[in-house]
Amino acid sequence: MKRFTRLFLELDASTGTLDKVDALKRYFREAPPEDAAWALAVLSGNKLMRAINSRRLRQWASEESGLPPWLISECYGVVGDLSETLALVLPKPQADASDEPLHRVVTQRLLPLEHMSESQQRASVTDSWRQFNRDQRFLFHKLLSATFRVGVSAKLVSRALAEVAEIDPAVMAHRLMGAWRPTADNYRALLASENDADRRNQPYPFYLASPIAEAPDGGPAGLGDADGWAFEWKWDGIRAQLIRRDGEVFIWSRGEELVTHTFPEIAAAAGQLGRDVVLDGEVLAWEDGRPLPFSLLQRRLNRKRVEMSLFPEAPIAMVVYDLLEWEGRDVRGEAIEQRWAMLEEATAGETLLIPSERVSVSNWDEAQSLVAGARDRGVEGLMVKRLGSAYGVGRKRGDWWKWKVDPLSVDAVMVQAQTGSGKRAGLFTDYTFGVWDNGELVPVAKAYSGLTHEEIEQVDRWVRNNTVQRHGPVRAVRPELVFELHFEAIAASKRHKSGIAVRFPRMARWRRDKPIQEADTLESMKAMLARYGR
Amino acid sequence: MDDLIRATDRGLYCEAGGFYIDPWRPVDRAVITHAHADHARPGSKRYIASRAGERVLRHRLGDLSLETFDYGEPLDMGKVKVSLHPAGHLLGSSQVRVEHDGRVCVVTGDYKTDADPTCEPFELVPCDHLITECTFGLPIYRWPDPQKLFDDINAWWRGNVEAGKNSVIFAYALGKAQRVLAGLDPSIGPILAHGAVDGLTRAYRESGVDLPPTRHASAEAVKETKGSAMVIAPPSANGTAWMKKLRPCSTAMASGWMAVRGRRRFRSVDRGFVLSDHADWDGLHQTIRDTGAKRIGVTHGYVDAMSRFLNEQGVETHVVPTRFEGESDASDAERQESEPQ
Ligand SMILES: [Zn+2]
Ligand SMILES: [Zn+2]
Repeated sequence: MKRFTRLFLELDASTGTLDKVDALKRYFREAPPEDAAWALAVLSGNKLMRAINSRRLRQWASEESGLPPWLISECYGVVGDLSETLALVLPKPQADASDEPLHRVVTQRLLPLEHMSESQQRASVTDSWRQFNRDQRFLFHKLLSATFRVGVSAKLVSRALAEVAEIDPAVMAHRLMGAWRPTADNYRALLASENDADRRNQPYPFYLASPIAEAPDGGPAGLGDADGWAFEWKWDGIRAQLIRRDGEVFIWSRGEELVTHTFPEIAAAAGQLGRDVVLDGEVLAWEDGRPLPFSLLQRRLNRKRVEMSLFPEAPIAMVVYDLLEWEGRDVRGEAIEQRWAMLEEATAGETLLIPSERVSVSNWDEAQSLVAGARDRGVEGLMVKRLGSAYGVGRKRGDWWKWKVDPLSVDAVMVQAQTGSGKRAGLFTDYTFGVWDNGELVPVAKAYSGLTHEEIEQVDRWVRNNTVQRHGPVRAVRPELVFELHFEAIAASKRHKSGIAVRFPRMARWRRDKPIQEADTLESMKAMLARYGR
Repeated sequence: MDDLIRATDRGLYCEAGGFYIDPWRPVDRAVITHAHADHARPGSKRYIASRAGERVLRHRLGDLSLETFDYGEPLDMGKVKVSLHPAGHLLGSSQVRVEHDGRVCVVTGDYKTDADPTCEPFELVPCDHLITECTFGLPIYRWPDPQKLFDDINAWWRGNVEAGKNSVIFAYALGKAQRVLAGLDPSIGPILAHGAVDGLTRAYRESGVDLPPTRHASAEAVKETKGSAMVIAPPSANGTAWMKKLRPCSTAMASGWMAVRGRRRFRSVDRGFVLSDHADWDGLHQTIRDTGAKRIGVTHGYVDAMSRFLNEQGVETHVVPTRFEGESDASDAERQESEPQ
């Protein structure tokens, strides 16, 4: 447990990717395989057990510490994390860190809890509290409540393991996929140099466009003549890479997550293609040749399993704009025009895989006015791609630019605040904003990004001192603070009292200069809806 | 019976003595507990404070009509007897003891019970009515042993020197920065002070506090000490262009808030050292018990939780309101330094 605790603290403390990978490598090199197997299971987000009821944990902690339950709840409100709260309020640890190896903690302390009576559980948990120091208690709670998360992605873990095993990271990522039991033998097999389960379903790195404001000279003028560029709409969907190899289909999101099962109809369509290809594009809610609001797609993303009943409600398609592999051959180095030709050929006659339309533009002014009108078409702006260019890697600047329409904007008054999670736990960081309607503030948006750390801490203090009512974790606050909100789109909504929903709202500016009377009105937002709403 | 000291819209007021304690608007007579900006504010006609904190207070507020007194020295004001007693919060910080008709009320100001070589230790003052701060009045705040903490800070510094990196520690410019400095081991490497810290550190030295040598963190000094320096800077310096010249560096923050992991991560520093100039949960309750006070006022911090908890324990407790922090007229920079946790 000592070694694993140190690993956790190192991962928690380091902000750089390299430091995290180093810490992981050190751990995996040093730890005995039976411990490493459990550590890996936990780090990759596997839940070891059914969670112990958190109400019980609180109750026991209250009895152990002699603090009333309401006070522990109050502390939880400030800390924002129950595992940490309990670790902090329990009586100061007697002992130093416990030496018990991780696999013993898991197999002898954690796993047996599931089959115990409540009083046996209590005795076992309080015994563990006495053995562990504060950091270990915190980890122990995380494991007990099956909420262990640490600031490290599955990708980093896989990369560290690949480096320890000295094998291709793509191969390691694949070995880690699917069901994997945390035993010492399996762990050794994972690190073996050859492993017959290896198979190539790996995506290529996505090429990312840069904002056009970062072009030389800060805009399109720095890109030379518009003739040297191709234009496509910038779609508002989910970037995805569709892989069809040996007839088998995989869909990867940009987060390098396999999402094949989220979009079964796309996967089926790809299965019907006449040949193996790898396509790059965007999954959209789509009907009659037009994108539907992103919120329809969102509904599907929120489900674990996609039921067929959702299909008519949220029809989708993949608008494809590039082809990276043709019958097993990597064609990323070929000119974009050639790749397009292959793309058209590969998707001919396919209704769910739609090549992205090329927009005719003869000069930058024309492009500018197309961007300005983007909202009316249900797109975010234009993509500008260099003719003759290869498919790049990462955000290598120069060949792909994104030119987004200016965000919509209102001045709104903060009416509610709620504490955030993760890094922002315990701080009031998530705010609800209202605009005026007949002398009342009607909530129109929730936003949590855009402020500096200093500003967030100031607002946090302000909220604590200006709460007028508490509803659970939500605080209604005195209307006093005005913020300029930016958002990408506006839509009618039956779920919101205001009748309006906005997309990607964020705080552009704290308008300390504005009295609340000068905030915007629902009427002005309704005018915006009539103009741009979809 | 009426309280000797009560809350008004200008701050704590002693009517029988005709003075305010740490008023946030200008008044005729102000007794100042310490020089932090949320306690010592400009504009009043006459100030009273401890002798030990004179230089620091003048550094903060400039020219003012100030009378200073030794700790424990009695002075008569109106119908009451007043004396100042060390609060252990920072150099010159005081508790205010007010006596009238055999009744004693103590206002703690900000205080801590942990050891601090840069100021006189907290003195327990028995009283009937205690008005205590409770900035950290929740049981999640229980400080580690300061000596162990300074060992950790020095070990972190040593590790950075070995890796060829500077160490930058963020600490509030008044009090915390000097306490950190006093705990550093100068044999590890050179110590640099950010401009905001430098002047106040000088005021400490001029007041007779012994501190390890520092250099102002000028471009030249930074260049000469690259890869081994410990730089003490105010939290507002984090993320500014000034930080660039210190790279490569590891960053840390010294504050009581660092007890909570979320706060540590929110600050985006590599290390969080739990070092506070306020009393922790145990320190607050021990003080409340040991003064023997029958009536407790709680102010500054988690007042609702503290008063409910104490009342449930059978201790008569009331909340002493303080001004809305959102309405502070201090500039942001000032406000930031006025929150020395
Ligand atoms: Zn203070
Ligand atoms: Zn204070």
